[in-house]
Amino acid sequence: MIEVRNLTKKYGDKLAVNNISFKVEKGEILGFLGPNGAGKSTTMNMLTGYISSTSGDVLIDGIDILEDPRKAKANIGYLPEIPPIYVDMTVEAYLGFVYDMKKCKLPRKAHLKDVCNLCKIEDVRGRIIKNLSKGYRQRVGLAQALINNPPVLILDEPTVGLDPNQIIEIRTLIKKLGKKHTVILSSHILPEIQAVCDRIIIINKGTVAADGTADEIAKNITNEHKMTLRIEGPTHTADDKRLIADAVRALDGVTYVRADMERERGIYDYDVETDGKTDVRRAINKLCAENGWNILMLQLSDLTLEDIFLKITMDEGIDKSDDKKSKSKPKIEIKTTESGKLRAVQENSEERSETDGSNDNNGGEE
Amino acid sequence: MLAIYRREIGAFFTSGIAYVFLTVFWLVSGIFFYNEVIARGIADTSSLFESMFYIVMFLIPVLTMKLLSEEKKNKTDQGLLTAPISLWDIVLGKYFAALTLFVIAESIIFVYAFVINYLGDVVWSTLLGNYFAMLFLGAAFIAVGLFISSLTENQMASAVVSLVVLFVIFLSERLVSDFENGGFFKKTVFKAVSSIAFYSRYVEFTRGVFSLPSVVFFISAAFLFNFFTVKVLEKRRWS
Repeated sequence: MIEVRNLTKKYGDKLAVNNISFKVEKGEILGFLGPNGAGKSTTMNMLTGYISSTSGDVLIDGIDILEDPRKAKANIGYLPEIPPIYVDMTVEAYLGFVYDMKKCKLPRKAHLKDVCNLCKIEDVRGRIIKNLSKGYRQRVGLAQALINNPPVLILDEPTVGLDPNQIIEIRTLIKKLGKKHTVILSSHILPEIQAVCDRIIIINKGTVAADGTADEIAKNITNEHKMTLRIEGPTHTADDKRLIADAVRALDGVTYVRADMERERGIYDYDVETDGKTDVRRAINKLCAENGWNILMLQLSDLTLEDIFLKITMDEGIDKSDDKKSKSKPKIEIKTTESGKLRAVQENSEERSETDGSNDNNGGEE
Repeated sequence: MLAIYRREIGAFFTSGIAYVFLTVFWLVSGIFFYNEVIARGIADTSSLFESMFYIVMFLIPVLTMKLLSEEKKNKTDQGLLTAPISLWDIVLGKYFAALTLFVIAESIIFVYAFVINYLGDVVWSTLLGNYFAMLFLGAAFIAVGLFISSLTENQMASAVVSLVVLFVIFLSERLVSDFENGGFFKKTVFKAVSSIAFYSRYVEFTRGVFSLPSVVFFISAAFLFNFFTVKVLEKRRWS
């Protein structure tokens, strides 16, 4: 449905997008992921014909966007980063304008009503867009893209500015649309990409850094396995930390141990990485039993999309120790996404009240 | 093109520009009408039309200032440029919307004709000839204004630059007016300047000459600047 071949964009000397190639099949939902300035929006702008490429081709349904722009663009619904809405028009008038501009042949009233229902803007149709909230504007932008039922939808951060309920609604909508349309969407919210997309392309510094499902990408990138342990030591002091970390590190198959924050009073968390071949859980249990320590928690955390993302986008040019540090930062976030939102949030709030009471932990990450 | 034309006409009225434009146009032309026709007690409208040049020159930039600059600033051009329409559709839709409003404004002439009709005889040939001359003048100026609007994101800059450009073309003509009988150099300068002159061509009409070359000149100027505007939009895409 969409084919991109060796797409390159230069702004003067600056290479914004460098030799990107990929294919999207009909009915596929593709997620675009990348740090700010990686070239996501530039790529999307080239896909939709807003800007031209320096070299390379974009084929929409077999039609080159630069050679036959009208025909190719008729197949695309585009929601740019900033929705292209005229704020002094009413929603009704604006959608009517887009309907006319796209030379839509579908029955006008019924089609506009369908689109409004899909995006849940039926109740604001008569209002001037200027007076709508960001979330509603975003949805008007989405409605605009859906007019004329284009087979390809390109959405640049479609859920920005929406509240959690709306985000879920839009996600369900995109999933639904993905059955009939080919969708490309970009987002900064990794769980969203994971929840919605069949396939992920990670773009970094203008090149495709990874392409595939989240699992595939994870498999290719690393064979490490990680887990988080919470072990109660004998003395309930910082001495435990060193003792336990050293003992665990001495186990067979363990490649890396780091003592994390004090989660409960005198009890620490440990991040453990293994070589991926040996299962060290039994050995750890045995070790603790022998020493009289108590395992309070053992959580396997395989590479999440966040880890993959950070690994791909931050690996270059940063030495190993720095890398570890930067990777440890979103630790808490990973837990919140991995182990179900509710529990993680509770855990965090509990911890906060505790640290407030004991005031000997200043919430440091190390 | 029609969709953009309709939206733009609507935007003129919702943004209030249409009201400002029409009010000022009608008010100032009304003053000119009173001074040049009623107060002097003559039914000849040619001096009225001569003065109207200034209104057209000063007000067209107001009409064209936000046509393309605002699209760029609010990023709504992304919607237009990714829609299945050509750049000419966009430019001409906007151009004709502005031209329509201008025609509405200058049609106040017929109200004046109605008034003159009560006081004396209307010289219809002068009046209609000048009416169309003004229409062509406006058509050329709007194209210039639209072109300048496509160059900037700032409405005010667009308006000021358009005004300055139109004003400089007008003044340069005055500046070289006595070069006509000078030496070779002076003559060349005079020829060059007067060949792109808007004012003297327009004034010709008010003297009762309906000169076809001038009509062609105004229409080609309009076409040329619309062409430039399309090229600017295209260039932006390729930069």
